[in-house]
Amino acid sequence: MDLTLILAGIIVFGVGAYVILDGFDLGVGILFPLIPDDAMRDTAINSIAPVWDGNETWLILGGAVLFAAFPVVYAVALSAFYIPIMLLLFALIFRGVAFEFRFKATRSKNWWSRAFTGGSTLAAFAQGLLLGGILEGVTTGPGPQGSGIALEFAGGSFDWLTPFSVITGLGVVGGYALLGATWLNMKTEDGLRDWSRAAARTALYVSLLALAVVSLYTPLKFDYIAERWFADMHWLSLSPVPLATAVVAFSLYRELKAGSHYPPFFYAIALFLFGYLGIGISLWPHILPPALTVHNAAAPEQSQVFVLVALSITLPMVLIYTVYAYWVFRGKVEAGAGYTH
Amino acid sequence: MDALLLSRIQFGFTVGFHILFPTLTIGLAWFLVFFEARWRRTQQAHWLELYRFWVKIFALTFGMGVVSGLVLSYQFGTNFSRFSELAGPVMGPLLSVEVLTAFFVEAGFLGVMLFGWDKVGPRLHFLATLLVAIGTTNSAFWILSANSFMHTPQGAEFVDGVLIPQDWWAIVFNPSFPYRLSHMLLASGLTTALVIAGGSAWCLSRGLYCEASRSALKTAIAVLALAAPAQIVIGDFHGLNVREHQPMKVAAMEGLWETTRGAPLVAFAWPDQAAQTNRFAVEIPKLASLILTHELDGEVLGLSEVPRAQQPPVLPVFFGFRLMVGLGFVFVLLGASGVWTWLRGRLDDATRLQQAFMLATPLGFVATLAGWIVAETGRQPWLVNGMIRTADGVSPIPAASVAVSLALFVLVYGLLFAAYLYFVFKLVRKGPALPETHLEAMRGARPGELLIDEAEPQGAR
Repeated sequence: MDLTLILAGIIVFGVGAYVILDGFDLGVGILFPLIPDDAMRDTAINSIAPVWDGNETWLILGGAVLFAAFPVVYAVALSAFYIPIMLLLFALIFRGVAFEFRFKATRSKNWWSRAFTGGSTLAAFAQGLLLGGILEGVTTGPGPQGSGIALEFAGGSFDWLTPFSVITGLGVVGGYALLGATWLNMKTEDGLRDWSRAAARTALYVSLLALAVVSLYTPLKFDYIAERWFADMHWLSLSPVPLATAVVAFSLYRELKAGSHYPPFFYAIALFLFGYLGIGISLWPHILPPALTVHNAAAPEQSQVFVLVALSITLPMVLIYTVYAYWVFRGKVEAGAGYTH
Repeated sequence: MDALLLSRIQFGFTVGFHILFPTLTIGLAWFLVFFEARWRRTQQAHWLELYRFWVKIFALTFGMGVVSGLVLSYQFGTNFSRFSELAGPVMGPLLSVEVLTAFFVEAGFLGVMLFGWDKVGPRLHFLATLLVAIGTTNSAFWILSANSFMHTPQGAEFVDGVLIPQDWWAIVFNPSFPYRLSHMLLASGLTTALVIAGGSAWCLSRGLYCEASRSALKTAIAVLALAAPAQIVIGDFHGLNVREHQPMKVAAMEGLWETTRGAPLVAFAWPDQAAQTNRFAVEIPKLASLILTHELDGEVLGLSEVPRAQQPPVLPVFFGFRLMVGLGFVFVLLGASGVWTWLRGRLDDATRLQQAFMLATPLGFVATLAGWIVAETGRQPWLVNGMIRTADGVSPIPAASVAVSLALFVLVYGLLFAAYLYFVFKLVRKGPALPETHLEAMRGARPGELLIDEAEPQGAR
């Protein structure tokens, strides 16, 4: 059994869970200032208040398991992306405290609303910058003599900042807005729901545009991605991915038009999963191109076994009570139900 | 300044800021378990009032802990990437288990605890509170295990320059871990007890919410009276353990430059590291040897055993230690006076004691930070004691990046801390009382039923 592959799979799962779960939280934050009135904004934030913290925990899990299972990648990526990571952290700080502060504030309430929106939007954008930066690749070199470090970051502080990474940044903002809008469409009623449905359509166009740009641009720019998709008739065996994406996007559009409550959110998730799968196909077996692959970056087996034992005991429990927590707060949020603790 | 120094300042600042919040939430979570249990058992409204009041402070503090903690889980890689690469195989798995057994549990059940009153029954609600408390404690367990490994590493070896785990049991239960964990959990209990005692004394002195404040004050005094003396004992054991594994840290704590038999306790001095001597020293003969070796003539190693470059910075360790120990004895005194006044039935009108508790409200945090500075500064120049130097662990990034992020951290954390205190005081002014009209309905009501008719319109908040 290849432990490295299992751990890579768990990281892929964790990052995917994060992107979808915190994606809709951040999406609600991105859309927040556009929501027509204050009562609706309160309802919108109430719909995510009980779950956002659990959703963000997947990001911490991703970081920690990466640290454990692929310490070299953790070390190289985080020092290479120092600035966007710091942007992400500061953004998530403002987003996180805004939940508590905003509901306790009277005069400063608008400021915390701005912190919530600004934090959510910047966090999404920074995650997109990271995605772009990873696809662009990271310059590496050997560590100092006698340090025991085989490979470390050897590029510049702003290597990650390219037109491409700005586009992926905007794409992630649009994509999260789509998740957020379809979430609100599912969880709320009346005026806010009508508004969300309209917002979801706009966000869908933005997301599809970003998806198209990334899909066309990456094979042109990066040889390793072109080879993956187009060499040796790969495009034929891989064609179900773009086709399924198109079908999902169309179904999402139709459900939104039909005014359905639940399906748009799940189609939006499916759209994300196919986009994620596409990126995974492009990258595999790299974790951080061009130097680091799943296999040359793996931690020693002793570390892998420890983490896997811990994961196999706890992760099923985490999944069960996460589902339970969502079940407790199922159904539509009461309008203006207040922040009741 | 170079990237190393800036990264150290940033790491120290962000960890020091973060530690304030879990120190309160770990203890407060267990106070909330107690309040909810009392309410369920007695159905006396003031226990519910206490729960509902302190859970708001808990939520605010927990939020601060979450956002400042997220920073830490990435900061190993951003600022100490070489350390991450070398020690990742040991540190990463410990942090992963912390996320899995603590953060998810806390986050999963905090939502139910805060917002689930009218969604789940009273038993499940109590279970949620209990699980959040267990989660916070698990978090302390794993992060302190990882931290202790950096002080007293065992069970791992360097193979081709990378730290490879050999025996996980030995790594997790490394020699300083049991002491550090008990020391920190007691610190958390003491800090929380002081905060609750201070708040309750303030209310009592003004005749506000007397029934609830009296119960809370008694609970806090009981915790203080038990935990403060226990902390002195554990602290002593911890000191012996440090002497065994990190003798230079003890030498810095004691301000002892030469290896001495029958070493004196330096009550006060200004340690001058450049001259390798103490100025203005006030000493008590043989006491340091007695405390550290439990013998009058026991030998205590001095800082001159190692070259200057391998000595920790003495000044912060020396004064941090005195501040921490001094406060520890103040806590014992406070606990004892509290019990004495309680037994005489005078808590309501003991003005002096109430004032003392009000003044002592933040002292638990001060003692915790002081102790943390002693432990971590005393570990220098090592990142992992005897294995990885701090200077060898830093990221290959320009100083300018770190300077900017450090400036932003100082700015943002300063702002957040001001906002946090503002909202805490706002909650305190509002007080724990549930609306008068609901007092009858509260007796015997399920939490859910209570909340439904208590719901206020948004504008009222």
